[in-house]
Amino acid sequence: MTDAMRLDGIRAGRLGPEDLARNFGDLHPALDRHEATVAADRCYFCHDAPCITACPTDIDIPLFIRQIQAGQPESAAKTIFDQNILGGMCARVCPTETLCEEACVREKAEGKPVQIGSLQRYATDSMMAAGEHPYSRAAPTGKHVAVVGAGPAGLACAHRLAMQGHDVTIYDARPKPGGLNEYGIAQYKTPGGFAQAEVDWLLKIGGITVETGRAIGDGLTLEGLRADHDAVFLGIGLGGVGKLGMEGESLAGTDNAVDFIAALRQHADLTQLPIGRHVVVIGGGMTAVDAAVQSKLLGAESVTIAYRRDREKMPASRFEQDLAASHGVRLLFSVVPHALHGGDRLREVELAYVGPDMSPTGETFRLPADQLFRAIGQKLVAVEGLEVEHGKISVTGSGRTSLSGVWAGGDCAAGGEDLTVTAVAEGRDAAMDIHASLTQGQI
Amino acid sequence: MADLTTNFVGIKSPNPFWLASAPPTDKEYNVRRAFDAGWGGVVWKTLGAEGPPVVNVNGPRYGAIYGADRRLLGLNNIELITDRPLEVNLREMKVVKRDYPDRALIASIMVPCEEEAWRAILPRVEDTGADGIELNFGCPHGMSERGMGSAVGQVPEYIEMVARWCKQYTRMPVIVKLTPNITDIRKPAQAARRGGADAVSLINTINSITNVDLDLFAPEPTIDGKGSHGGYCGPAVKPIALSMVSEIARDPETRGLPISGIGGVTTWRDAAEFMALGAGSVQVCTAAMTYGFGIIKEMTAGLSRYLDEKGMTMDDLVGRAVPNVTDWKHLNLNYVTKARIDQDLCISCGRCFAACEDTSHQAIGMSEDRTFTVIDEECVACNLCVDVCPVEGCIDMVELEPGTTDPRTGKVVEAKPADWTTHPNNPAAVAAE
Ligand SMILES: Cc1cc2nc3c(=O)[nH]c(=O)nc-3n(C[C@H](O)[C@H](O)[C@H](O)COP(=O)(O)OP(=O)(O)OC[C@H]3O[C@@H](n4cnc5c(N)ncnc54)[C@H](O)[C@@H]3O)c2cc1C
Ligand SMILES: Cc1cc2nc3c(=O)[nH]c(=O)nc-3n(C[C@H](O)[C@H](O)[C@H](O)COP(=O)(O)O)c2cc1C
Ligand code: SF4
Ligand code: SF4
Ligand code: SF4
Repeated sequence: MTDAMRLDGIRAGRLGPEDLARNFGDLHPALDRHEATVAADRCYFCHDAPCITACPTDIDIPLFIRQIQAGQPESAAKTIFDQNILGGMCARVCPTETLCEEACVREKAEGKPVQIGSLQRYATDSMMAAGEHPYSRAAPTGKHVAVVGAGPAGLACAHRLAMQGHDVTIYDARPKPGGLNEYGIAQYKTPGGFAQAEVDWLLKIGGITVETGRAIGDGLTLEGLRADHDAVFLGIGLGGVGKLGMEGESLAGTDNAVDFIAALRQHADLTQLPIGRHVVVIGGGMTAVDAAVQSKLLGAESVTIAYRRDREKMPASRFEQDLAASHGVRLLFSVVPHALHGGDRLREVELAYVGPDMSPTGETFRLPADQLFRAIGQKLVAVEGLEVEHGKISVTGSGRTSLSGVWAGGDCAAGGEDLTVTAVAEGRDAAMDIHASLTQGQI
Repeated sequence: MADLTTNFVGIKSPNPFWLASAPPTDKEYNVRRAFDAGWGGVVWKTLGAEGPPVVNVNGPRYGAIYGADRRLLGLNNIELITDRPLEVNLREMKVVKRDYPDRALIASIMVPCEEEAWRAILPRVEDTGADGIELNFGCPHGMSERGMGSAVGQVPEYIEMVARWCKQYTRMPVIVKLTPNITDIRKPAQAARRGGADAVSLINTINSITNVDLDLFAPEPTIDGKGSHGGYCGPAVKPIALSMVSEIARDPETRGLPISGIGGVTTWRDAAEFMALGAGSVQVCTAAMTYGFGIIKEMTAGLSRYLDEKGMTMDDLVGRAVPNVTDWKHLNLNYVTKARIDQDLCISCGRCFAACEDTSHQAIGMSEDRTFTVIDEECVACNLCVDVCPVEGCIDMVELEPGTTDPRTGKVVEAKPADWTTHPNNPAAVAAE
């Protein structure tokens, strides 16, 4: 506790550089060789392994762990990248507790799964650190594909297309490629500029041009892209943010959680990044947890997550909830924002208890709040001409949209969870479908 | 507390656990610490003849094989017999025996195959007060190139001859240590008995190369780019040692010959298994070299508790399994079992399925939800699933009651045993009476 943490309002410099460096360091430090060997030895090489089924990209987990056991982390990395070219990022950010590690038979056996995520990082790091890129391009096809969005979906799609010999141009609205890997994922999950290093490594395949600062709706049109390319893949994520829709939402101090996180991710000097003394986060997903934990790590004195349903319904996994709690974040359940109070700026948030059917119980209470973050979900910014269902681009098969020659994948497309690994799987599969279409001349 | 006091061919020790002749017993300092820790006896590191001692390599002398988590399963060595002068060893043996009169101290000896050499060393060993001698006819590397060790152990006539000399020139009990690097272990044991030896001990180490360095293209341990085969020991050799011990225990010509069991003894359980197959004492080397002398406490406490639980004495245990070691042809072919998976213990890893489906009898079914069940119509009861299942006790072999029908063969299980000797498919079958 520093004195600066007790100062009201939203201000920078609540913690010193050493505290901040420690707070935003690696959440799960990398395994060293010995740790990796011990961890790898626990894998049973299961038949038709349930961990593979649980991985959205179907990485052959027992095979890559066996390759680590056999002393070749580089071969293990190749096994991973064959299925998931962003295996390095996924190793860091996947909620393994709800994916592969939840399915691991040693979770059932002893409550301690094989550390698949950490082993995946050990393998992929070893190849990336050596600067080796194990793929080359097939003979040029003369086809040219536009990929819109340089997030995990777009990058995975582009890499797979380039491997097949197609030329790819990626267009992205933001100044840097990477999508939420660069602007959204919590800092402590991917420190050390890993997101950009990974993009650079991925682009070593060749044949991919990245044009940043170029957006559909701001210079580019889907029609224009269709006209100029043999196929178009949309991996534009969810660019819009939900509002609470209540009075006082424009008070200084109310922000979008994703904007706060993006600013944090891009800030060169975190001592200069302002944060409130008392922070309230509205929402219950990964974004809410990340905003809350990082607020705390920046030096907010009190941070509260207010979620409208009970704990069991919370989208953030139990691991994420515990992570928040262990950082001193308070979790409140079955509460919704009732009113925002303050004259010139936000000072208090009034919360109302609700029942399971979201109807108010009548009881409300106030929390001091210099800052409020909305983390109630991101929304698709619609692209003209495409059918949409449940707020996402409708797709059939491997990401085919309602327009011929246009595919979509990742968060913007219907189906699948909004996760990095799912975006990679959808981008990859769309690429193979695009390739099949292009080589059969079916467009 | 069961009484673990041992009297092995007149050599007395407070428990049957001796340290085998090897580095743990190469000097006074080690042996005192071993005795202080509770070891019942030691076989001193093998003594050579008077004169300049042998020399060892000055690079690595061990290689290893590991299981999961780098658990040492097998050790290999290219060490020779003691490289310290004979007088020094004898002097130390004498003071140790004086200070620990209740412990067994056995001298291991390897001198050239000449009567004079044995006649010269035996009185000097006797003078230390040692309780017995062990003739090292087993060392498979280095010494064998000089016509000693396993080079002698592989020729039954030499064994018989040397054993006879020893019986002639000393009153100490004579134990002949056998090499496993031979086709039929009964032959050297028979020779030892003919020569008048009081007992045999086995096994010494097995010829081995543990690894090949794939950068240097040389066997490990590698000495300046070259390697030599070594002697293999540790948990990996236990099955070989047990089998050899059992053969000597049940051979009509050697039955009753006392055996000191050696090879991979790591816990009390291993020791009890050797004893059940006829060993009156056991010797330990690798386990002590891996974990230190402290393991003796687990061994003595474990054996004692086991005997108490069974209500047995050590004498009841020694040799108790020997009558049940038989030839394959006498195994009951009317004993029919089926694998059965305990669904509560099963963790759905599918290893049993992979093993049975890919390499055996396609007798395990796998459902959509990863439930694994045995198909009795196909199960031949080979036991592979039991062996590969990571959860102990998860798969059982359940006996089919006589009178029930084996769904695989369609035959009714008969109560009366029947073996290969009477089986209709056996061209040499004798009619059952
Ligand atoms: C705060 C936060 C934390 C998260 N933490 C995790 C986590 O720990 N683990 C996990 O698995 N998932 C996490 N997720 C989810 C994960 O980040 C997303 O599921 C994943 O990034 C989706 O990838 P994508 O390629 O579909 O979209 P994005 O990563 O969103 O990329 C879309 C890209 O398209 C660009 N774009 C958008 N519109 C246009 C346009 N009109 N024209 C041109 N370009 C455009 C954007 O600039 C962006 O670069 C988190 C999400 C958030 C918001
Ligand atoms: C390094 C080393 C040196 C050994 N030296 C001798 C020896 O000098 N004389 C001998 O009879 N056996 C020697 N042995 C063999 C052991 O006494 C013992 O027979 C063998 O290791 C098997 O037992 P274990 O599996 O408990 O190790 C040696 C073994 C090792 C590992
Ligand atoms: S489920 Fe666990 S033990 Fe089985 S293969 Fe996957 S990681 Fe290995
Ligand atoms: S154990 Fe290690 S330190 Fe000790 S003598 Fe051997 S090599 Fe040297
Ligand atoms: S090997 Fe054992 S634990 Fe694994 S599926 Fe078979 S019975 Fe179950």
